[in-house]
Amino acid sequence: MNDTGPTRVLVGGPMVPARHRVAGVFREMADTMTLALEPLDSDLGPYVAGQFNMLWAFGHGEVPVSISRLPADGRPLLHTIRAVGLATSALCSLREGDVVGLRGPFGTGWAVDRAKGGDVVVVAGGLGLAPLRPVVLAVLADRASFGEVAVLIGARSPDALVYHDEILSWRQRLDVDVQVTVDNAGQDWSGDVGVVTRLLDRARFDPGGTTAFVCGPEIMMRFAAAGLLERQIPASAVQVSIERNMKCAVAHCGHCQLGPTLVCRDGAVYPYDVIGPLLAARGL
Amino acid sequence: MSTEGIRDLLAAHPFFDGLPETDIDLIAGCGINVHLSGGQILFEEGAPADTFYVVRRGRVAIEMHAPQSTIVLATHRSGDVVGWSWLFPPHRWAFDARAVEDTSAIALDGACLRAKCEDDTDLGYRLMKRFARLATDHLAATRLQLLDVYGTPGSTAS
Repeated sequence: MNDTGPTRVLVGGPMVPARHRVAGVFREMADTMTLALEPLDSDLGPYVAGQFNMLWAFGHGEVPVSISRLPADGRPLLHTIRAVGLATSALCSLREGDVVGLRGPFGTGWAVDRAKGGDVVVVAGGLGLAPLRPVVLAVLADRASFGEVAVLIGARSPDALVYHDEILSWRQRLDVDVQVTVDNAGQDWSGDVGVVTRLLDRARFDPGGTTAFVCGPEIMMRFAAAGLLERQIPASAVQVSIERNMKCAVAHCGHCQLGPTLVCRDGAVYPYDVIGPLLAARGL
Repeated sequence: MSTEGIRDLLAAHPFFDGLPETDIDLIAGCGINVHLSGGQILFEEGAPADTFYVVRRGRVAIEMHAPQSTIVLATHRSGDVVGWSWLFPPHRWAFDARAVEDTSAIALDGACLRAKCEDDTDLGYRLMKRFARLATDHLAATRLQLLDVYGTPGSTAS
């Protein structure tokens, strides 16, 4: 062994983090940042919309974070992170040039291709827009392959909307129906107030030929799925992305077990006919 | 606008979808077409609830004023009905309503319609079922709003 030579970085294996450089930091809210990440050791891709990576804040810990934009055409991978604990707070404190560890990508993805030829309804609540953003971008990039497209976004308040400028740019398009509502607002907000599920009444779609993509807090997803089913969209055409306590991310530790399924391996995206009964079960 | 015009607008409105034509005719007799400017108050908390609104265009906010601020509880747009206090004693508004932007609506005279519902209980029952559904939908939405689901961070970051 040559002690004076360059440090050899072990690359490979799903448990070994690959170093990534923070190429950009974008503040979404006071406690929420988007990190642009570029690989230093090896590119972990290809990524699929809906997958997640394990992000390692060195010295603090590791957390699962959804991919909020796939790397493409020279644009880096994006992750949006809310500071809710030690590791996420450390990740939100990173600056350009800092280094994080990444493992992944893990999990299933949104079946965007299966939605082609039909209508699309995206229902996003809060930071649930982060994993759904690649869906919206994929649909808009190939707009002619889809019918009606509705993007329904809910947030706690106007200042809790992520990707504000991007939402504005989507709203300027004539070929997509983007609706935003917030739970709480003052008189200075001229948009909608109310829960995101109320927007379903205003979205145009043919229930028999629609694929719905839903992500947000679990209670919100249950209500959104119920609303979609009530409007005759089959449960198998409603895809939801759920959160559980992903730790190893390779289906060994069992922390993310939900009944018979391990979310890190079989999810985080599931068709609602599969996951709906588990979400409805008390105690799971 | 003529009663026929009001009738056609009501018949095309999702809230009245499926009602018999005779019901629509009776309801239309209590309605007028109104245009509200942005900022205009439709009704105020505590005032007699003698009119409700079928929104055709624009946006209406249901509000609660506090000493230091006004809280918007919900907004209503085309396809929505604003107000059901006209139907239940003491027939007084529980909240304020304000046009957020220029808004077109059909204003329906609550006392007129209550009298027709008393005379024609079939109409009354059909209308009551629709308002009961409206109220339960709003109750469920309000409960979900009260949960503040976005304010409780999950175990993961996004």
